[in-house]
Amino acid sequence: MSIELTVNGQVRRLEAEPDMPLLWALRDHLALTGTKFGCGMSLCGACTVHVEGQPTRSCITPLAAVAGKHITTIEGLATAAGRAVQRAWIELNVPQCGYCQSGQIMSAAALLSSKPHPSDADIDGAMAGNICRCATYVRIRQAIHRAAETLAASGAG
Amino acid sequence: MDFRNSESWTAARRRAAAPGMTRRQFVKVTTVAGAGLTLGIVLPGCSPKSGGIVARSGIVMPFVHIDPDDTVTVICKHLEAGQGVWTGLTAIVAEELDAAWSQMHVADAPAKVPMYGNLAFNPKGLVQGTGGSTSVANSWMQLRQAGATARTMLVRAAAKRWHVAPENITVKEGVVSHPASGRKASFGELADGAARMPVPPHVKLKDPDQFTLIGRRDLPRLDARDKSEGKERYAIDVMLPGMMTAVVLRSPRFGGKVKSFDASKAKAVQGVVDVVEIPSGVAVVGRDTWSAKKGRDLLAVSWDDSTAEKRGTAQLVEDFRRLASSKEALTAAERGNVDTALEHAQKRIEADFEFPYLAHAPMETLTAVCRLSQDACEIWAGCQFQTVDQANAAKVTGLKPHQVSINTLAAGGTFGRRANFESDYIVEVASIAKATGGRYPVRLIWTREDDVQHGKYRPLNLHRIAAGVSREGKVAYRQRVVGQSIMAGAPWGGPKGVDPSAVEGNAAEEYDLEQVSITWSDPKAGIPVLWWRSVGHTHMAFSKEVIIDELAEAAGQDPVAFRLALLTGHPRQAGVLKLAAEKAGWDKPFPRGKGRGRGVAVHHSFNTAVAQVAEVTISGNDIRVDRVVCAVDCGIAVTPEIIEAQMQSAIGYGLSAALWGAITLTEGRVDQTNFDNYRVARINEMPKVEVYIVPSTAAPTGVGEPGTPPIAPAVANAVRAATGIRIRRLPFDLAAARREQRA
Repeated sequence: MSIELTVNGQVRRLEAEPDMPLLWALRDHLALTGTKFGCGMSLCGACTVHVEGQPTRSCITPLAAVAGKHITTIEGLATAAGRAVQRAWIELNVPQCGYCQSGQIMSAAALLSSKPHPSDADIDGAMAGNICRCATYVRIRQAIHRAAETLAASGAG
Repeated sequence: MDFRNSESWTAARRRAAAPGMTRRQFVKVTTVAGAGLTLGIVLPGCSPKSGGIVARSGIVMPFVHIDPDDTVTVICKHLEAGQGVWTGLTAIVAEELDAAWSQMHVADAPAKVPMYGNLAFNPKGLVQGTGGSTSVANSWMQLRQAGATARTMLVRAAAKRWHVAPENITVKEGVVSHPASGRKASFGELADGAARMPVPPHVKLKDPDQFTLIGRRDLPRLDARDKSEGKERYAIDVMLPGMMTAVVLRSPRFGGKVKSFDASKAKAVQGVVDVVEIPSGVAVVGRDTWSAKKGRDLLAVSWDDSTAEKRGTAQLVEDFRRLASSKEALTAAERGNVDTALEHAQKRIEADFEFPYLAHAPMETLTAVCRLSQDACEIWAGCQFQTVDQANAAKVTGLKPHQVSINTLAAGGTFGRRANFESDYIVEVASIAKATGGRYPVRLIWTREDDVQHGKYRPLNLHRIAAGVSREGKVAYRQRVVGQSIMAGAPWGGPKGVDPSAVEGNAAEEYDLEQVSITWSDPKAGIPVLWWRSVGHTHMAFSKEVIIDELAEAAGQDPVAFRLALLTGHPRQAGVLKLAAEKAGWDKPFPRGKGRGRGVAVHHSFNTAVAQVAEVTISGNDIRVDRVVCAVDCGIAVTPEIIEAQMQSAIGYGLSAALWGAITLTEGRVDQTNFDNYRVARINEMPKVEVYIVPSTAAPTGVGEPGTPPIAPAVANAVRAATGIRIRRLPFDLAAARREQRA
């Protein structure tokens, strides 16, 4: 079946089964491997992408549900919030193994887009769906606060 | 100056790995690239030859490559799995080389021994692998010498070019200078000349007080950028032309074999290209992951369970208990006469402790890619045990080990899982390639369910302890450990007596005890077991630190003071304990009530001492860890920020196991499947963590694992302080512990 979607600003046409999760379409068919497989059940958040700007677990999102939609992956993350988050992640040396970090960053970027000055409780709420087995959580929290400060200082928040 | 905000520092980057590069190719590449300086160091007993490229005779260990374009590449023989070795090992070379951080690169070493062997695993370098928190410790002198040797040759090349004495040349941040004449040259400009200099047989290393990079808090990780931009390439991301993807259906019971299978429905799935039997089960190969997985769901396999382990957890624990009461045991440590001492003890405690099987559950499940031809097998993996994996892949493909090349990539976590004697996932991918005739490169993906249900687990353990304290404060300690041997599966033969990894970090090693006996029994179960972040220390530290706390209480003493009195022969442990206590404000009364409590634990593992003070709040039967103060002594702190990160990481990892982690079995089948029922810590459950590093000039020791052992007992002791309840079974179940204590 042919399915059309917009990924990182580009219209892409896929020949794939409609029940194929977006995750595998991105990875195996569009070679966008920054989005990761972790659990396949929406339990760990490693596969988080934005669908129409909303953080979405691509591992349980069938292609049929995103036909015609705008999808942003870590490779195309270009919002002010997204860039601020990535900068803070690098400055604070957040990643360890790094495998979950694309998903963490997509969740954090979405959080800052909707809530430019998140409290610790806001961070818990938005990020609790993203597992990190290296437990980089202490620095993830610091980096989100740092990104919020950067955004506020630049007036982009 | 904060280097992270300067372009030159953030420019430091990683270079694509040097996959499968043999030394000969390495030399050739170097020559083509304009010679440059590929530096080997020669181990004692081998004669150094001129040319930068050392003689083909002797053992050559090329760890540094300097290009005419000024880039310095460190060849990393260890797996980067998050613990920071790329950055740490590169910093060691850069330090002695006096390079600028912005010119440093790192590349993963090919599988090649003894060149890239782990000297802690085998002093002759015969085994390449990463583990036991050995990466920095075993590379420390090797890489300092490599860096200093390269520096010496660059200086000599400059001296020759400028007709000056080498003693009058200085090197700073990648620039070689002759201050008297004002001449300057970059490493790249000198690389060709340096390659023609004789390799100095001896080089002078820096004194620790001369270090400028080692010990810097603001050293950026070399992988932070790629990992924050989705650009890091893990095995699961490898794409080769024509590559297919495979998933495997394995026996639900350990030791089960395929009796027969019906692949007709699986083969009917669009995209499925092959279904093949391999030693561990049946593999479904598809054009993409989804088709392979759908095909696997439709496989019908009948299993031969005649030799499979069929016991459930309850039965295993019962059998372990019986063994704990028997005389079938080996002595791991014995001093004094512990039975007599226990009889005369003023206070005496007897307790059984239970620890479950634990899965590693790294975020990237086991994944590997294999391309097989008639005379070569090429593997891509987050490979942790190159030499063993090479031998096992050779065996299943019918090739010689040297025909198997391994491209080591970053691993999405491992915690020990990717290094195992059977090379389970590597053997699987090679077996699939073999069974499909090498017609296409194949990528094997384990699902999370595969990872949880077909693991090699931290062994289930039962500890039976009797301990007492005399009127004079002398401790007597008797412990029987019942737990499967991990090392029994070693290809070079299991341990002759006690498996040291089963009893490591026991009270006889960790405290000044005159009356102590540690014995061990191997229950020989059919459940695969493996090292899990800090191995035997995961359980040995728990029972030890909980019992010591209880003895302190029985003796009416402060837990820190009581421990310090038993640590006079262990200055490193005493040092971290004092530091953690001081930073946690241990001398000030902790506000009681509202379910709050504070506990402490200290443990020494992988030559590193760690103490932790945990503060908890109990609501009902829920345990919340609010704050952890951690002190660590790991010798010279090569990369302090990574050490801090490793302590945070180990605390989060250990907390997951303490509060929720358990793999249980019913009639031989694993009950857990995914993160919903194998629960791990999330951000809202992570405590505040403060890390303090003891200043030291001793050689660096491990940091990847030693932060894990103390956290569970520190929290258990805090729970006791808050509630009066002793936790003796993991994961913590406060409701059950309350019931048991009442009974």
